[in-house]
Amino acid sequence: MTMVTTRPRVAVVVFPGTWSERDFAHVAAEVLGWEHRLVWHLDTDLGACDAVVLPGGFAHGDHLRTGAIARFSPIMEAVSAFADAGGPVIGSCNGFQILTEAGLLPGALMRNDHLEFRCDWQWLRVEGPQSTPAWLGDLADGELIRLPVSHGEGRYVADPATLDELEATGRVVLRYADATGALTEEANPNGSERSIAGIVNAAGNVLGLMPHPERAAEIEVGGTDGLRLFRSLERWLQQRPASAERRL
Amino acid sequence: MRWLAEVHVALRQGIADPEGQTIGSALRSLGYASVGDVRTGKLIRVPFEANDSASAEAIVSEMCQRLLANPVMETASWELRADEQQDADEAVPS
Repeated sequence: MTMVTTRPRVAVVVFPGTWSERDFAHVAAEVLGWEHRLVWHLDTDLGACDAVVLPGGFAHGDHLRTGAIARFSPIMEAVSAFADAGGPVIGSCNGFQILTEAGLLPGALMRNDHLEFRCDWQWLRVEGPQSTPAWLGDLADGELIRLPVSHGEGRYVADPATLDELEATGRVVLRYADATGALTEEANPNGSERSIAGIVNAAGNVLGLMPHPERAAEIEVGGTDGLRLFRSLERWLQQRPASAERRL
Repeated sequence: MRWLAEVHVALRQGIADPEGQTIGSALRSLGYASVGDVRTGKLIRVPFEANDSASAEAIVSEMCQRLLANPVMETASWELRADEQQDADEAVPS
């Protein structure tokens, strides 16, 4: 029996001011061999796709609040519908900010506590990857990965009840750590509450994270840990029951 | 008639305001030793059209909820007044 495998198709949403869409597209096309399509924010249709990427950047100039204007872009209705149907969505950096403003993820991202833009490699501790098999299925609980961060407004905040609930339900999946995995104040690049770097929605299909997995997908740029998120997705898509495929 | 809302967006209590802290320490270093906990916010002036003050209030409230403030970390308050001085050329085309 042969398993039918098709190339994953990813829709990469582009807002005015988005800057990481070409990096995602490069990784999709040149590293992973996926099909990809850049989708302009004024479009209302994502097209046929298996996953949606909201890349980093400064959508609408970050005016008012990061992601505040982007959430009203016409394409966001299609993104919400795709997410509601269980489709895998990843929002990195500005994409994470947009997901919180759109209400697809709880909390908000605010100005870094030291007021500086932070651009550096960052250790992250993986927690409960089973909460999001589509995005972290290939990673182990407690594992350390290293990804670049590049943001001025990455301080994750939410009220204590929300933070408690996120932790109790295993939805905090990435935390800023040092090279030993310790969650220290020094290892926290932006002052995020409880060192939170990435969270998922209750269904586990929508991942928001401040770091940039697409910038760590080739050894030439300093690391390949980001690739593991995309390999997870690839495997998840292949293993998904045929009945669930192509209906998203 | 035209109205002018001055919307003040402030950070919720308990939300750290590093910009305010930096301004506070700058003021103290200038010699204003008594300066306490400085908090920053935004002032957004919104001219718009509404039939009466009740509907103008309702519209501003909705604007704040939908866009101007994020309830996760911000609160909004506003002052509303009739914008009689508004020059016709400045009016937002409808």
